[in-house]
Amino acid sequence: MTENNFWLKKMEISVSEAEKRTVRNAMNMQETYTAYLIETRSVEHTDGQSVLTDSLWRRYSEFELLRNYLLVYYPHIVVPPLPEKRAEFVWHKLSADNMDPDFVERRRIGLENFLLRVASHPILCRDKIFYLFLTQEGNWKETVNETGFQLKADSRLKALNATFRVKNPDKRFTDLKHYSDELQSVISHLLRVRARVADRLYGVYKVHGNYGRVFSEWSAIEKEMGDGLQSAGHHMDVYASSIDDILEDEEHYADQLKEYLFYAEALRAVCRKHELMQYDLEMAAQDLASKKQQCEELATGTVRTFSLKGMTTKLFGQETPEQREARIKVLEEQINEGEQQLKSKNLEGREFVKNAWADIERFKEQKNRDLKEALISYAVMQISMCKKGIQVWTNAKECFSKM
Amino acid sequence: MDMNSFSPMMPTSPLSMINQVKFEDEPDLKDLFITVDEPESHVTTIETFITYRIITKTSRGEFDSSEFEVRRRYQDFLWLKGKLEEAHPTLIIPPLPEKFIVKGMVERFNDDFIETRRKALHTFLNRIADHPTLTFNEDFKVFLTAQAWELSSHKKQGPGLLSRMGQTVRAVASSMRGVKNRPEEFMEMHNFIETFSQKINLIDKISQRIYKEEREYFDEMKEYGPIYILWSASEEELELVDTLKGVASCIDKCCKATEKRMSGLSEALLPVVHEYVLYSEMLMGVMKRRDQIQAELDSKVEALTYKKADIDLLTEEIGKLEDKVECANNALKADWERWKQNMQNDIKSAFTDMAEENIHYYEQ
Repeated sequence: MTENNFWLKKMEISVSEAEKRTVRNAMNMQETYTAYLIETRSVEHTDGQSVLTDSLWRRYSEFELLRNYLLVYYPHIVVPPLPEKRAEFVWHKLSADNMDPDFVERRRIGLENFLLRVASHPILCRDKIFYLFLTQEGNWKETVNETGFQLKADSRLKALNATFRVKNPDKRFTDLKHYSDELQSVISHLLRVRARVADRLYGVYKVHGNYGRVFSEWSAIEKEMGDGLQSAGHHMDVYASSIDDILEDEEHYADQLKEYLFYAEALRAVCRKHELMQYDLEMAAQDLASKKQQCEELATGTVRTFSLKGMTTKLFGQETPEQREARIKVLEEQINEGEQQLKSKNLEGREFVKNAWADIERFKEQKNRDLKEALISYAVMQISMCKKGIQVWTNAKECFSKM
Repeated sequence: MDMNSFSPMMPTSPLSMINQVKFEDEPDLKDLFITVDEPESHVTTIETFITYRIITKTSRGEFDSSEFEVRRRYQDFLWLKGKLEEAHPTLIIPPLPEKFIVKGMVERFNDDFIETRRKALHTFLNRIADHPTLTFNEDFKVFLTAQAWELSSHKKQGPGLLSRMGQTVRAVASSMRGVKNRPEEFMEMHNFIETFSQKINLIDKISQRIYKEEREYFDEMKEYGPIYILWSASEEELELVDTLKGVASCIDKCCKATEKRMSGLSEALLPVVHEYVLYSEMLMGVMKRRDQIQAELDSKVEALTYKKADIDLLTEEIGKLEDKVECANNALKADWERWKQNMQNDIKSAFTDMAEENIHYYEQ
């Protein structure tokens, strides 16, 4: 819809709140889910003030619906991923419960990120269904389903088949697929180990907290050492509790990595679509070639390949010239059709490759930028953690030396 | 564990100890320097055991020469300790490392175990040398100077097994009777020791736990760095590759720093804390013995009030015992003060060092 071209650039989208809701579902059972408030504000050009234009509540499943729709209608685009459905790569302190407030908060941020990425994509932001997602609360689901997009989706089986059988996929896509496999495996490994490291670090800090307790009990019986012990104990407590904030910040880093983990899947989806189209093309070409051959055989009367028809004619007698003429005519029509189809498929295929590759280049730049930023902010986090550590231990050292 | 030759707590040669003393302004100059090193394993048909080399340098007149080198095994240390306890029942004798650690040890002759024990034995002898009374003990001198056969013949002298058993029986009997009136200050001491023992045990456990957690953290970190390198291999854009490699190398540095922190912990803090755990056990023993002596006195006094006969004899005995109690109490008090001062200093410097280590760790 072209009328939405520019307005989205001036919109601010935010997912500002999350709320627990309980309803009775179709089977008359109580169901609890979390709903998220999406607010859109238009930014007035003149004075930079923003005015609330729309606000509505959506739940996670509706986001999923939107994304599935986008996947079907824009197969050449690397569609931004949603935050994870269930908490994975947890370390022991975080609960894997979907209702846990920390998890809900991080999901809220992830959903906002998703909407912002879609809104800033030059092609996706123009989609009408996306616009309605942000503005039309009721009936949106029906509207989406009416587009019949689910029927247009390629079956998983078909796609798998194509992946194995395709003969000549574009090399760039094959390489891209390898890259996305590698990316996925390296990031998931990294996240797993990071979770374990976080666990251990938590342990180290927390055990120091025990010092605090024992020191203060001990200081009760000491005369000269008492004060020093007491205040040192206090610092141990500070040290032990500092880990909570540190690890929460690290979760943010983990989330950034997770987004690219899921992006790898989106990349693979584009590759799969290419393979499917290519396979289709190859099948159509093959079909056409065999029909042409058949036609030729009928016309010249030579049977070069074994065929059932050939056998039956040998057994039951030749067919009449009229019959043969009729068949040739049918075949010629089919061949014509086939050639048309092949031409259009070729065109489609090339269009697809061109558009997809353009988006992939865009994605690559985005990815490099984002990852660099994420790594740098991770390093900054570590530095700040160390600075805090230095401070606490310097204080503790002072206390110890006063004992 | 590498032998830390520059650890402030354990100088490894008498020469370096002399130097150290010159820097610290000690009012009484040390004239007895002892080191324990070179554990060696000896195999006989009956058993396998470890001996440690003990080098003594001294300027004291009563020693025949100024340098001695002998080899001793753990049993010899046990003997020495026993003799010291006998001679000075209410003095605070330094603790010996345990016979063998039950948990986590596969065999007695594990390298770490031997090293830990060697350090503790070194500390043991040096503490005796520093003690104003114990350092002049005859058995101590024999221990430091006698050759192997001399030592075994010396050991055979002294009260035999039976009489020692008799002493033990009497001791148990009197402790059963209980102490009726413990003087106020010893009551305080007793309470202090109880609480202290509790707390120091806890601290020992906590410190061990921290060490364990840090080790596990280190193990995980070792895996973490290489993943970034692996990732950098899949990426094309140079800046991203460099950033990833940079993160990996920082993680490696963190690993090294963690290692250093751990070794600092095990060199300085853990042995000291552990020694004081043993000390607290010792102290309980000392308190008991003091109580025993007092109990003996009390019972004799009681006997006096009931048995008018043999008054003279009893009075004499009581007199002796009172003296004994007096001595014991005084010895204990004096020693107590010393010990506390030492403990404070030790714990203080141990924790300060730990704090230093942590600071260095974070700076890296």
